[in-house]
Amino acid sequence: MARIVGIDLGTTNSLIAYMKGKTPTVIPGPEGRTLVPSIVAYTPSGFLTGDAAKEQLVRNPEQTVYSVKRFMGKGLADVTQELRYFPFKLTEQNGVIRLQIGNQSLTPPEISAMVLKALKARAEAFFGEEIRKAVITVPAYFNDSQRQATKDAGKIAGLEVVRIVNEPTAASLAYGLQKRTQGLIAVYDLGGGTFDISILKLKSGIFEVLATNGNTHLGGDDFDRTLVDVMMQDLKTKHGLSVEGRPELQQELRVRAEQAKCRLSSDTEAVVEVSLPDGKGRYRRTFTRSELEKLVDDLVEKTLAPCRQALADAALTATDVDEVVLVGGSTRMPLVQQRVQALFGKTPHCELNPDEVVALGAAVQADILSGGIQDMLLLDVTPLTLGIETMGGVMSSLIRRNTTIPTSAKELFTTFVDGQTSVDIHILQGERELAKDNRSLARFQLKIPPLPAGVPRIEVTFMLDANGILSVTARDVRTGEVQSIEVKPSYGLTDQEVERMIRDSFVYAKQDIQERQRIEAMNEAESMLRATEKALARAGNLATPGERTAIQEAVANPKSAMAGAGHRAIREAIEKLDKASYSLADKLMNSTLQEALKDKKLSDV
Amino acid sequence: MGTVKKELPLARSMCWHCQSDIGGEYFCNQCVKVQPLSKDMDYFTCFGLPRKLNIDAAQLQTKFYELSRVFHPDFFEGKSEMERAVSLANSATLNQAYRTLKDPIQRVEYLLRLEAGAAKDIPGKAPADLFEAILEMQEHLEEFHAAKAQNDAETRARARELLRSAMKTLEAKRAALENRLAELFQIWDKLVERHAHDQAQTAAEERTLKEMRDLLSERAYVTNMLQNLTEALA
Repeated sequence: MARIVGIDLGTTNSLIAYMKGKTPTVIPGPEGRTLVPSIVAYTPSGFLTGDAAKEQLVRNPEQTVYSVKRFMGKGLADVTQELRYFPFKLTEQNGVIRLQIGNQSLTPPEISAMVLKALKARAEAFFGEEIRKAVITVPAYFNDSQRQATKDAGKIAGLEVVRIVNEPTAASLAYGLQKRTQGLIAVYDLGGGTFDISILKLKSGIFEVLATNGNTHLGGDDFDRTLVDVMMQDLKTKHGLSVEGRPELQQELRVRAEQAKCRLSSDTEAVVEVSLPDGKGRYRRTFTRSELEKLVDDLVEKTLAPCRQALADAALTATDVDEVVLVGGSTRMPLVQQRVQALFGKTPHCELNPDEVVALGAAVQADILSGGIQDMLLLDVTPLTLGIETMGGVMSSLIRRNTTIPTSAKELFTTFVDGQTSVDIHILQGERELAKDNRSLARFQLKIPPLPAGVPRIEVTFMLDANGILSVTARDVRTGEVQSIEVKPSYGLTDQEVERMIRDSFVYAKQDIQERQRIEAMNEAESMLRATEKALARAGNLATPGERTAIQEAVANPKSAMAGAGHRAIREAIEKLDKASYSLADKLMNSTLQEALKDKKLSDV
Repeated sequence: MGTVKKELPLARSMCWHCQSDIGGEYFCNQCVKVQPLSKDMDYFTCFGLPRKLNIDAAQLQTKFYELSRVFHPDFFEGKSEMERAVSLANSATLNQAYRTLKDPIQRVEYLLRLEAGAAKDIPGKAPADLFEAILEMQEHLEEFHAAKAQNDAETRARARELLRSAMKTLEAKRAALENRLAELFQIWDKLVERHAHDQAQTAAEERTLKEMRDLLSERAYVTNMLQNLTEALA
């Protein structure tokens, strides 16, 4: 069977992992880093992703998209409150957000697809083969539209998404595989943009999710914003400076805020320094950990209600939980750890790398699907109640939240008027009473043969598959005939749009080839640099001072070339380094040879 | 979300793939293809259980895990489209069966549907012995809301107290209903064990089913009332 990789498509960072024998392993990049920043930048020479795009954040803020996961499966109205924090331009078309980048208008799945392609290229360079199938993780509390958007992103990137797995449950797979834990565990997953809590029962290889809850709009990004708000206020009062119309400054504040927040997890103080435009000098601000904790206190508190709800839904109390596992970069924050500990009354586990554990779990699930691991099975649930709109704008529920998936529900429809030929059906997801307060997933029209009122009997089956994605079928009970249904997603791309995007993405294929060449050149440069540094350390004394300086200068070239240039510049730098280190290599070879030949007669050689 | 256009093969005594006799097995003996669960198969049969109302939760879970390992779509990735569709439908049925049988109330409601063709949602009915208490309760609730609207803290506090004690009455009633229900579970299970085909058996079964249905009806009413009060007082 074709290889299946596991991908954690995160708000801030993404990773790709595979099963190395019996151990899930993250595939590192040429520089040994496992995280790929989920950032896409447009520059005159084309699109950049990952680390190269991250460098464009402050330099090129209006053309550099970050945290695009917050927009997946959403309309513009869903994100109006946070628009002021984003320096890039957002619009909406047919219920789908569009990002104005370059001279194009791209949807969140298309942007995510670029990140996925970078990950795919990384794996392809690593394995030396094409990768076509992947398991991709999503926040457990993602609704149908957000899951579908993620699947679309995979398709656009040329990946068949064989399974969408919930992040906390993926983490539990990695955790369970390593620890061989049995009993009840709670996975508290606070990432860059989303929060999930999942309660699972682990028993003889079965990972049964009992309940899940969360908030798909709460994470580290929101913590950063509290610091940004303080700094914006400072700038206004002390320097008379507004960030409006200054995207570079706005972005710089955000980047510095994130750095300061991360430092405050280990240090009690962090200094932020920003040079100001218009000759206004420098802005310097010291944040203390307790100040940050005061600022984010409400946000951390907001994660606890979903925890309590999940426990209640599982008919458990906090003391029933045997182990608590922390996932996501934001759980590094001491305040978060304290709150979780206080709620569950036990020290949470954080020995697995919270940045990597979800990707590792995705690799485990990929291995299960490939038929590798056979004794582990994940039984997940749907996070939100699924229903349809009935008379009076009320939601009538069909599948309750926390129902084990796959699951299906059947509903019988008939007519109220003689000769009526269609019934409109509006599908919703959410926990509220009224249709308007829940998430609209899709609408479709059920075709009905013209008959007296009440005579037609159309049975509609709503099936939630193992990905938590809905499909709908209809059958005429009288004739047994299956009806095809044209479903119009409320916040998603139609099949035709996805097809077009897949075609469009071939346009970028040329850039993809360039990216792969660059990665290969970088790999080569990396190993060359390591070899040279080793040689210098071992035999530096053999080189003349002139040679040494030349080598040291030549070493700097590939390093700077790798930072952003194309593969040609890297190759040129490699060549220069090769030339500069040629005589040293020669001398080293000779000395090694002499060493080996010492005390040996010619006849022994 | 997406649309599916194919339909599952109907469960029958022959394998959908190689047409050999399968005799109710999950997998065909000849070609080892997974077979669809019969649409007529009830949840008790699905778990290999008699139609009794007391079910050992641990045993049910063990069987659920065992069958999940048989049908879950994870084990059919890379198989034919038809096998994947069968696995998906069987898994969905299994999950529904487990959810229904796991919970004693859903279990007895399901049994009533099977045995007496009761409606899916049994309508609530006010318990006769609480009739006056319920009327009073509704009055207090109105007082409470009115006091809230008029910012009358004193009346509101008094109404709150009355409603709290009303909730205690309702909770006691619910516990009593559930106790009687548990007794009826025992009675029903003895009848299933007796397994006679006489008139006395039929009459006893009908009597038990009817009493259970009435209890569930009252319980539904009380539960609903309790929920309303909880929300009002929150």
